[in-house]
Amino acid sequence: MKKPVNQARLIGLTLLAGLLFTPPLLLLFDRPSASGISWLPVYVFAVWLGVIGLAAWLLEGSKDE
Amino acid sequence: MSDWITLAVAFSYLAILFLIAAWGDRRAETGRSVINSPLVYTLSIAVYCTAWTFYGSVGRATDSGPSFLLIYLGPTLAMLLGWVMIRKMVRIARAQRITSIADFISARYGKSGQLAALVTLIAVVAIMPYIALQLKAITISHAVLTEYPYSGADVANKSFWMDKSFWVALVLGVFTILFGTRHLDASERHEGMVAAIAFESVIKLVAFLTLGFFVVFWLYNGPLDLLSQAAEHPNLINSMGLDAVPGGAVGWVGTLVLATLAFITLPRQFQVLVVENVDEAHLKRASWIFPLYLIAINLFVIPIAFAGVLLGGAAQEPDSFVLTLPLSAGLETLPLIVFIGGLAAATGMVIVETIALSTMISNHLVMPVLLRWKWLHLDPSRNLSGWLLGIRRIAILLILLLGYLYHALIGESYSLVTIGLVSFAAAAQFAPSLLLGLYWRGANSRGATLGLIGGFLVWAHTLLIPGFAQSGWLSMSLIEAGPWGIEWLKPYALFGLEGWDIYTHAIFWSLLVNLGLLAGISLFSRQNSLEQTQAALFTEGLRPDVMQTPLWLGQTTRGELYQLLNRYLGQASTQRVFRKFGDTQNPTADNEQIAPPDLISQAEQALTGALGSASARVLINSVVRGEALDLEAVLSILDTTSQTLEYNKRLEQKSAELVRIGEELRSANERLRELDRLKDEFVAMVSHELRTPLTSIRAFAEILRDSPTVEPEKQAHFLGVIVKESERLSRLIEEILDLARLESGRMRLNPERLDFKQLTQDSADAITQLYQERQVSLEVDLPETQAWVVADPDRLQQVVINLLDNARKFADSSNPQVKLKLQTWKKHWRLSVEDNGPGIAEEEREKVFEKFHQIQQQHGQGHDKSRPKGSGLGLPISRGIIAHLGGRLWVEGPQELTGARLIIELPKAPEEESSEAPATSQN
Repeated sequence: MKKPVNQARLIGLTLLAGLLFTPPLLLLFDRPSASGISWLPVYVFAVWLGVIGLAAWLLEGSKDE
Repeated sequence: MSDWITLAVAFSYLAILFLIAAWGDRRAETGRSVINSPLVYTLSIAVYCTAWTFYGSVGRATDSGPSFLLIYLGPTLAMLLGWVMIRKMVRIARAQRITSIADFISARYGKSGQLAALVTLIAVVAIMPYIALQLKAITISHAVLTEYPYSGADVANKSFWMDKSFWVALVLGVFTILFGTRHLDASERHEGMVAAIAFESVIKLVAFLTLGFFVVFWLYNGPLDLLSQAAEHPNLINSMGLDAVPGGAVGWVGTLVLATLAFITLPRQFQVLVVENVDEAHLKRASWIFPLYLIAINLFVIPIAFAGVLLGGAAQEPDSFVLTLPLSAGLETLPLIVFIGGLAAATGMVIVETIALSTMISNHLVMPVLLRWKWLHLDPSRNLSGWLLGIRRIAILLILLLGYLYHALIGESYSLVTIGLVSFAAAAQFAPSLLLGLYWRGANSRGATLGLIGGFLVWAHTLLIPGFAQSGWLSMSLIEAGPWGIEWLKPYALFGLEGWDIYTHAIFWSLLVNLGLLAGISLFSRQNSLEQTQAALFTEGLRPDVMQTPLWLGQTTRGELYQLLNRYLGQASTQRVFRKFGDTQNPTADNEQIAPPDLISQAEQALTGALGSASARVLINSVVRGEALDLEAVLSILDTTSQTLEYNKRLEQKSAELVRIGEELRSANERLRELDRLKDEFVAMVSHELRTPLTSIRAFAEILRDSPTVEPEKQAHFLGVIVKESERLSRLIEEILDLARLESGRMRLNPERLDFKQLTQDSADAITQLYQERQVSLEVDLPETQAWVVADPDRLQQVVINLLDNARKFADSSNPQVKLKLQTWKKHWRLSVEDNGPGIAEEEREKVFEKFHQIQQQHGQGHDKSRPKGSGLGLPISRGIIAHLGGRLWVEGPQELTGARLIIELPKAPEEESSEAPATSQN
């Protein structure tokens, strides 16, 4: 049976996304790759996609109120 | 490319928009809404991606690295909270018929007309350049398309009728008037407009993705090829790190905050997110599909920027890379597709923003002024609904005209990104009063007003005015030396805060002032009663019981109400409102019946939809007499419900506790009854057991007394029986005494170090006689080593013999077998006695250690003959003794035979050296 959206989880996910999108965690990935161009954009896109995936899982797995 | 083809395509595209909007409106009229889907809702939110995204992202990526992503990461964060926060706004807006962000903020702070006007003014100042930016993007993209390679020189000198963006603005004005002002009630959805916007979002995404694929897979052999070439370019190698972002890490965070707030507070975003929302359930899917849209439209930004830089001089300005890349490759169709994509991005924004602004201007700037003009009240029969729409239409044209003028006069001095972020920072000033107002009941109107003014002034000082200086209208000394030479007022380094990028700097100071004033003044001033109610209704917005409370207590007649509504809403809408309240015949102006409170609320809501909450309130107050609104009642209802909820919760806890305690009591009671019954049975049993030997002793003694002639052998036999029965009697009494000692803890044991193996063997030997009498076979399995334990030898032997005796009694009558086994188990010795009798059911296994339990044993088993004799005290006594010796005694299921298995477990004695110890350790 589906449950209503768990708001606390959504807020938690938002905080997590905010943390991953900002320094200092961001700085860990601001390093040049083999070609010399920074990993930063790749990291941002990857985290972005991951966060959306989690959000979809949280929201679509719940029933409409 | 020839001018007329581009023009034909562009205006055909606009014609398609008209068709889609008309189709959407017609479907809505027949009740088959096209926009009632989460996907269309998501696409309409994508109006966020304007020409600024379409052309400006690539430019920003070229100039300041990955910072363009922040403009889209912010909305992602905001949308993740959509279900929590935006849903609350949607629900409140629906319940109160709110039509714009100005109306929302004003309604939250007691339907304050001043506040609404203030928000509207800030919005107009903030958004006008943003609209100008879209028109500028259309002009420039058209020029690049038709005159590539484009010099940029002649556009500024052209007359306005030669400027295509003037005509585009005009067409957009017509579109917005047609599809944006169909209903007077602005809280009703503009279905056709939303359908067109959703279509535009698809077009701009497809156009940008097409261009992206072209660049990556046509101009280059895939992303890796492009990347390896970019890595060799000196300007690109360091372009994607945090160093390229203006302001570095601080600038990054500042821009992220800015974009997050602006996404919610930009008037057009409020329009599509809240006002045009059909069903709040759509938010759920939009919360994750919209961020996905943002990823898709940003995916190729970096490759296009790289390709543009690699192209060198032929690519021209970074803001037009998206056009110059396909143009320089000699293509014709693709640049046109890209141009249409950019046109879609620009027109979508202009349409929605214009509708939002025109509603705000007409409802919060023009209407309040008109309502105060006396001559409007002179002729009560005069219908003003036509006026209202007229005002809104004029506002639309004015906004577009002003936007165009702004673009024509000063647009040249700004790049796309600059204008966009300046607008964002101004719109973000709405965030404190909007968001804090949603969650903090104490925020009040005075705080919100002063906060907004303060934030706006700081914004103007730190972003707007220095922007004028950079455009050359003011002296640059304003920036370099500060206004009037005051050092600490320097706009880009206020109070000496230097080293930050200008946007982070501005957003920090303006929000600090804004929030500080809002919170500080709210904490130190009071709310009036309407504010209190509205604050409660907003902060409790998601509670289902909140909005249905009928609020009006004052009195008016149906006739007066009818007149009022008729004047401002027109006949049709007025009759709709009245019909909901059972007026079957047409309502008239001279109906003297008292209007019910629900009808008054409904009338106020209808007026709010058309005029905004502040004006609607003024109008309703003009006809309703007496106490207008039962504010105290509303507040107390809100408070009582929350208190009741709290009480209910506590009551539930209490009653759950009571149920649990009751359960415990019942089981304790049952246990007591059981014990009581056992005690009665014990007494009966003991009496019976005592009486049987006594009876025979007495009988034989009487025979001996009364019959002195009995033969001597018989005499001896009788005396033998008497002695045996006396022994039995004393044994029984001894057992009862043992039990009493065990239970009172007075049992005296003399523990010593002994060999359990030897003791077991002795016990088995002692009972051999009994076993042989009944032909029970006894198998003894002892370990090879000695088994040292500390125990009282007599008592332990008593227990072992008792168990062996029991096993003999219970063993199967046809082929009785008993197995005695002593073995080591971890740090213990275990002696098990197993028989092949009927065994003991699992639930009975603990009960056999209760006193006198044997009375119930083997009921219902046919062979009562084999029913064991005994007091039923053997096992309880044995267990008590073993427990006293520090061991355990229990029953298990059969292991080698079929019956019961009783196990004694005693801890191993310490090593030989400490053999003296046990005696002392027992004390």
